[in-house]
Amino acid sequence: MAQADETVKMETQNLSAFYGETRAIQEINLRFPERKVTAIIGPSGCGKSTLIRCLNRLHETAPKAHVEGSVFLDGEDLYQIDATAVRRRVGMVFQKPNPFATMSIYNNVSAPLRFNSRPSRGETDAVVLRALRQAALWDEVRDRVDAAATSLSGGQQQRLCIARALAANPEVLLMDEPCSALDPIATSKIEELIAQLKQEYTVVIVTHNMQQAARVADYTAFLYLGKLIEFGPTEDLFERPKEHLTESYITGRFG
Amino acid sequence: MKFDRPVRRKVFSHGMTVLTGLAVLVIMIPLASVVYQVVLLGSPVMNVAFFTQQIPQACGRGPGSVCHQGGVIVPIEGTLELIGLSSLFSVPIGVGAAIFAVEYGRERRFARFIGMTADVLSGVPSIIAGCFTWALFLFYDPAIAFSTLDAALALSVLMVPIVTRTTEEALRTVPNSVREAAMALGISKWKMSLRITFVAALPGVITGILLAIARSAGEAAPLLIAGGFACIHPLQGITQETCALPLWIWFGANSPNPNFIALAWGCALLLLLLILAMSVLSRFVLNRMARKMRGE
Repeated sequence: MAQADETVKMETQNLSAFYGETRAIQEINLRFPERKVTAIIGPSGCGKSTLIRCLNRLHETAPKAHVEGSVFLDGEDLYQIDATAVRRRVGMVFQKPNPFATMSIYNNVSAPLRFNSRPSRGETDAVVLRALRQAALWDEVRDRVDAAATSLSGGQQQRLCIARALAANPEVLLMDEPCSALDPIATSKIEELIAQLKQEYTVVIVTHNMQQAARVADYTAFLYLGKLIEFGPTEDLFERPKEHLTESYITGRFG
Repeated sequence: MKFDRPVRRKVFSHGMTVLTGLAVLVIMIPLASVVYQVVLLGSPVMNVAFFTQQIPQACGRGPGSVCHQGGVIVPIEGTLELIGLSSLFSVPIGVGAAIFAVEYGRERRFARFIGMTADVLSGVPSIIAGCFTWALFLFYDPAIAFSTLDAALALSVLMVPIVTRTTEEALRTVPNSVREAAMALGISKWKMSLRITFVAALPGVITGILLAIARSAGEAAPLLIAGGFACIHPLQGITQETCALPLWIWFGANSPNPNFIALAWGCALLLLLLILAMSVLSRFVLNRMARKMRGE
C-alpha cells in the first residue's frame, strides 16, 4: 500500500462496475498516491479499462452500464457530484488518438476552455502554449497550430490529445493504454512525457505491456477477472510478488 | 479440350458484361429522352422575359390571334417562398429530432420510435400531406386554408422525415470516440451534441436538406389541395393562394393555349435545372467540407 509520507489523491471503495447484469470489476479498493504514476496491469478482459473509466465516470455513459461503490477525489465522493464537473478534474487519454477531426491543432487544445467558459484570446493562447509544451509537442507544431489536427502523425495526435486533456487543467490524468496504437519511438516519447507529468499530476495508466508498467509506474495494481489481486510499489510487485497469480502473470505463464 | 473451361468462362464473362451494359442503356433511354424533350421544348422560352414577366393573356391557335410569350415570375416567386417557408418549418424539427434520437435516446425506446415515425411519414403520399394540412387549417382559420403558408406546411410534412433520416445517418457516422473525447473533457452534453458531433456531421445534414428541398420543389399534388392556384396575378402574401413551378406545369400542360404550354415546358426545364443545381451544390459542399476536415 501507499507509503506513509504520500498523500492519497484518489481512492476507490468497494467499486464494482456492470454491463447490464455482467459484473466487469468487483469490489475494488485502491489508493492512488498524489503525483505518482500508478499502472493497472492484467490480461485482456480483466477489467482494466472498465476500472479506469469509472474514475472519471465515463463507464456509466455506455448503454446499460452502472457503477456501485465509491470513488473519492481528495476525500470527495465523485459519484455524489455532477459528472461533467468530475471530468473537468479528472482528465483522460484514450487508446486510439481521438482528436476532433473538424478542428485545427489550436482549436483541439483550446476546446476544453472554449466549451466550458468564455476565455479571452490571450488566456486561450497562454493555455494552448502551456499545454502543448507540457505534452512535448510545441516544438513540432509551433509553425502550424492552425493546421488540421488530422494532419499530424499518430504519435503526435496522441500527444495532442494529452495536451488537450492538460488544457482542462485536471488534477488526475487517466491514460487508457495510450501507446497501444503507436510505434516504439512514439511510445518512448509518451513514456518520457509521463515521467515529466507526474511532477504536477497524479497519473493512472492502464497498460497491457508489463515492461511499460515497470518503466513508468511508481505503483502497480494487478487485476485478474475483475478482481484486484495485488497492489504495491512497482519494484516489489515485479520482483517480490506476494500472490501466486501475480507471479504467474508477470513470468508469462498466462495472459 | 484442355482450354475448354477457360474459354467458356471468358465467353460467359464477356456475355454478362454486354448484358449489364445493355441494362444501363435501357435505364438511360427514358432519362435521356425526358431530358432531351424538356430541353428541346423548354429552351426556346428561356429568355429574360421568362424570368421577369407575368403569365400572359391566353391566346388561341387560329390565324390572327396574337400570342405573347410572357414569363413565369409568379410561379418562380411562389416556389422560392415555398422552399424558404417549408425549410424554415422542417429543418429545425427534423434536425432536432435526429439529434435527440442519436445523442440522447440511444437505448431508449422513444429514439427507435422517432426513426420508425420518420420511415412511416416518408411513405405518406404527398397528396395526403396536402389533405392533412388543408383540413388542419380549415379547423383553425378557413380563410387561409388555401395559402402559401398551408402549402408550405404540407411540403414540410414531406421534408421532415427526409431531413430526420439523413441527419440521423450523418450523426451515426461520427465515431463514438469523438463523443467520449468531448465527455472526458467535461464538455456538457448539449454543447457536445450541437457544437462537436453536429458540426462533424454537417456535410451529411446539408445534403439531406438539399435532397428534401429538391423533393418538395417538384411536388404539385399537395399544393393543389392546400395551396390553391393563383398564378395569373402577382402573389398577395403568404396567407393567400399560391403558385409554383409544378402547379404551372400542371395547368399549362392541360390548357389548349400554345403560349401557356410553351411556358409549362419552360417551367419543366427550370425545375430540372434547379434540382440538378441542388445536387451539384450538395456535392460541392460535401467535397469542400471533407477537404477542409482533412486539412487540405
